[in-house]
Amino acid sequence: MAQHRTRLVVDFCVRALCLLATLLALLPLVSVLGYVVVRGAGGLSWAFLTELPKPLGEAGGGMANAIQGTLRLVLIAALLAIPAGVLSGVYLAEFKHTRFAKLARFCADVMSGIPSITVGLFVYGLVVTATRHFSALAGGLSLGFLMLPSVARTTEEFVKLVPESLREAALGLGASAWRTTLWVLLRTAAPGIAVGIMLAVARVAGETAPLLFTAFNNRFWSESVNEPTASLPVAIYTYAVSPYDEWHRQAWAAALVLILVVLLLNLSARLVVGRKVRL
Amino acid sequence: MSSRGSNPAHPSSGALPASRSERESTKGRTLHADPNAARVGDEAGASESHAKMRTHALSAYFGAAQVLRSIDLSIAEKRVTAVIGPSGCGKSTFIRCLNRMHEVGPGARAQGHVLLDEQDIYHASVDVVRVRRRVGMVFQKPNPFPTMSIRDNVLAGLKLNGLRVADPSSVVEQALRQVALWDELKDVLSRQGTSLSGGQQQRLCIARCLALEPEVLLMDEPCSSLDPIATARVEELMHALRKNYTIVIVTHNMQQAARVADFTAFFYMGQLVEHDRTDVIFTRPKERRTEDYITGRFG
Ligand SMILES: Nc1ncnc2c1ncn2[C@@H]1O[C@H](COP(=O)(O)OP(=O)(O)OP(=O)(O)O)[C@@H](O)[C@H]1O
Ligand SMILES: [Mg+2]
Repeated sequence: MAQHRTRLVVDFCVRALCLLATLLALLPLVSVLGYVVVRGAGGLSWAFLTELPKPLGEAGGGMANAIQGTLRLVLIAALLAIPAGVLSGVYLAEFKHTRFAKLARFCADVMSGIPSITVGLFVYGLVVTATRHFSALAGGLSLGFLMLPSVARTTEEFVKLVPESLREAALGLGASAWRTTLWVLLRTAAPGIAVGIMLAVARVAGETAPLLFTAFNNRFWSESVNEPTASLPVAIYTYAVSPYDEWHRQAWAAALVLILVVLLLNLSARLVVGRKVRL
Repeated sequence: MSSRGSNPAHPSSGALPASRSERESTKGRTLHADPNAARVGDEAGASESHAKMRTHALSAYFGAAQVLRSIDLSIAEKRVTAVIGPSGCGKSTFIRCLNRMHEVGPGARAQGHVLLDEQDIYHASVDVVRVRRRVGMVFQKPNPFPTMSIRDNVLAGLKLNGLRVADPSSVVEQALRQVALWDELKDVLSRQGTSLSGGQQQRLCIARCLALEPEVLLMDEPCSSLDPIATARVEELMHALRKNYTIVIVTHNMQQAARVADFTAFFYMGQLVEHDRTDVIFTRPKERRTEDYITGRFG
């Protein structure tokens, strides 16, 4: 009986500790979100989402070009990084014991540890100095470089999670190796890979450093991917370090929009997980 | 692939050259064998049948460990051959060698010859994919595709082979009827394949295999997760399929082997101890080890 009591008490204490730890972990998240909402909500308006920035001194105006720019940069990055990342992830999983795969895996891990500003510098040297101008392409490329290792590694992990018995089922039915990979392995791993991609996208959407000297900035719409392009993170940075109160207000609003964009991407990732097929 | 290109007389189903000697002359790689080697059951006199498959000095390895030791075994055409033996003796490995699934695992390799219609499926020029289409396999654990519906699971083999199906619905119905799943599942064909019970999943996997109409059907303990009723159905199915298919079944269940199999092979520690007509194996085995095993003295 006494033993039973002790067990209940210990159980309660451990539960309480876990709950406390969880609350502590949530605290920074909630406070950051809360603070940004409080400071940014005032600046949010339809005009903010749809208009260009006004010249200095005039009130109002928005950041439509930066929102468009961020979406455009992320799209370019995704187009570059997703096919390359998914394919190399499949390679890493399927030929996991080969020397080249080991080397590639090591490189991917090193690459995901490289500070993003270095990647920006690299693209600056590679593209911007060659073309002699900043562009969305250069910005997208540097974001793509940042996405690549994480897309490749998550794809690898999820393809490895597909049970061997499914590969055998497909091969046993006389499927060729590529059909097995495409229709069975990739299809089974797809929900997991999708989540990995969403998270990678969400992460690079908020990158500022590599954009400073690749996509640069623009106070107007950029007509093509060959021009300097505004983006939310760079706009936030520029506005936040300016001496004008109006700009500070807009920087907070832009931060809120950025968080909403990232949140939206995260939520859609969760949605995919919710529907995910059991392995 | 190249074998078909260079040798138009490739004996695929239905296009067998008329005689044995002709078959051997068309293919230099055919093993020489005495005229009776391709006959199964000669010793016992009755139920003579042509050998659909034949292994010759077949050895299999996992890395350095040898798990099959020079197996010579003939598998009679349109008959059921049971493979029995204690756990770990190499039964699964053996039948996986028959459609070249053994080599799929890391470090696994096979040595020797496996003849399918007298053609060595381990010959360098043979297309593995084609071998596996002709020699279908039902695995020890049911493995339906989780991303696919029941219907798509049945059709998976055809789709994975890039084959166009003229009338998919009738293929699905026919395959599911064969495994006695049609009445249970005809209204829920769009449900996920993995949502079925273990026994239903296993029968679904058999249906998936049958939809491809292989020539040989390898079954690795197909009934180990089935209840007695479903087991009886699978046994009936095997009996019916025997008209058109060559079947090899691994089983731990002696009664099952006695019920369904025309021939029984007893494996022990990677070796083929005895292979004969089932009634002979169960009533007057030649080997002491066989007798000990079937009477339950070890294993
Ligand atoms: N992936 C593997 N790696 C190394 N050894 C293996 C592997 N799979 C099986 N073996 C070994 O090969 C031998 C034969 O295994 P196999 O699966 O063919 O046995 P089995 O007769 O089918 O047994 P069971 O009746 O339990 O299914 C066993 O000794 C086993 O330990
Ligand atoms: Mg086995």
